[in-house]
Amino acid sequence: MKSSALKRVDLIFESVNVRAILEKTLKRKPEEIIKDILDSGLRGRGGAGFPTGMKWKYTADEKDPVKYIVCNADEGEPGTFKDRQILDEVPRKVFGGMAIASKAIGAKIGYVYLRGEYKFLVPKLQEEIDLFHSMMKEMKHDFRIELRLGSGAYICGEESALFESIEGKRGEPRNKPPYPTSSGLFGKPTSINNVETLVYTVMICEYGADHFHKLGTTDSRGSKVFSVSGDTPKAGIYELELGMTVERFVEEFGDGDTKAVQVGGASGFCVPRKKFQDTIIGFEGVPTGGSMKLFNSSRSMYNVLHNYLDFFAEESCGQCTPCRVGCQQLLLGVEAVKRGEKNSRYLDELVKLAGTMKMASKCGLGQSVGNAFKSIVENFKEEVIY
Amino acid sequence: MSEPINLVKVLADKHGRRRDSLIPILQGLMEETNYLTDEAMVLVAKELDISSADVYGTASFYTFMDTEIRGKYVIRICKTISCSMKGKIDVLHTIEDTLKIKVGETTSDKKFSLLETNCIGWCHKAPAMLINDTPYTELTSQKVTEILQDYMKK
Repeated sequence: MKSSALKRVDLIFESVNVRAILEKTLKRKPEEIIKDILDSGLRGRGGAGFPTGMKWKYTADEKDPVKYIVCNADEGEPGTFKDRQILDEVPRKVFGGMAIASKAIGAKIGYVYLRGEYKFLVPKLQEEIDLFHSMMKEMKHDFRIELRLGSGAYICGEESALFESIEGKRGEPRNKPPYPTSSGLFGKPTSINNVETLVYTVMICEYGADHFHKLGTTDSRGSKVFSVSGDTPKAGIYELELGMTVERFVEEFGDGDTKAVQVGGASGFCVPRKKFQDTIIGFEGVPTGGSMKLFNSSRSMYNVLHNYLDFFAEESCGQCTPCRVGCQQLLLGVEAVKRGEKNSRYLDELVKLAGTMKMASKCGLGQSVGNAFKSIVENFKEEVIY
Repeated sequence: MSEPINLVKVLADKHGRRRDSLIPILQGLMEETNYLTDEAMVLVAKELDISSADVYGTASFYTFMDTEIRGKYVIRICKTISCSMKGKIDVLHTIEDTLKIKVGETTSDKKFSLLETNCIGWCHKAPAMLINDTPYTELTSQKVTEILQDYMKK
């Protein structure tokens, strides 16, 4: 039986009067705003899913007179392109979200860190920022935004690497703790939020926490913008209610021959056909920053795995050994198995190595290489070996 | 194009001389010259009063801050899986045949460099590439030939 169509949502790209929302919201007390964001259940939309209201609360609770709000627009996860579209279509809503955050946490300066690959957006964004600054002035809200560009380093999407980069250094992740909410950009309390997350905060302030909270599931409230690509007749950007199974997603977006879906990009999980029905797209199942890649039976999952490992070996910052050496060894390892130089049991050793990387790597990059590795190797062992 | 020393000063006046001015200054240099020369990096180090090793160490971390000679137009074709699935290899071969260079090389007239890059965020319109900052999507061999011909005339 074919289940009903997926629920489309239109919050992110909906045209709203940002000025009116800010006029209303910036008059409110910080704790009231934070309560609304907490009540909405909004979790970070960059992939990690930390509750946004908690992040704001922790930053607000810090006593330091200098604090920052940073918009993470370093969208580099393979298969993700929704932030580009959001910044292109509704930049004012993104900056509006930063203004609301500035009020909630007590920041006077915000940074937008845009990946270098999206530099073509800069003239438009700078123009919007200038308009935004005049609006802030008229509202007598002391807040300005600086735009900073990345230069082709995936790792700079990791929050502490991003701070290092804004500070003018190599984008190497820091040890945690301390967390950004107590010691972030320039060592100051910082709330760093994804582009999409910031837009949702605007919509929560407009429609109320309930409106968002009633969408989705207990663990994954609200909706999410998905970047759909690969073997699909409907590649593109879709905002959908969270909590659907991979099966329903494939019914909507598959080409009738889908054998696997990579949820969450290279650092995410590969879901094979036999698990479509039981896997929920969301924090209770497979989380995603938006990347959804469909593969049909004509595709070699070895090629997919090899492409991801090559990506990680190149993008590992090289700072910590488990990630630097681990990424290279996983890549060399699967190549050796493919050539028949190592037997199939060697894959088990590599899975153990991926487990070690998860435990011992300093940041999310090395910690998540094992997600795709394990889920592809375990579900498509034959394709990897033969 | 002004002399490197003047350019560095202009950029430092614009972005400041603090440590966090370094990357905007290097990015400003890249806009003018498409790659960072040793000379320019030493000048930046002097201007910001930091070590030139620090400048090089920072620049060399970032893939888009080339420290090797690059052509006027740097082509970066996406090598991530979505683009590979949609015929990126044919497009790449067409570029190589048209410009008579391989990935990693620069044409002898220093007009084009050809590089591969990781996901540039156009997977739904794959295959995609950047020429300097401009994205080109849904490429085919024919389309990329036309694009390159336009650049050759520039």
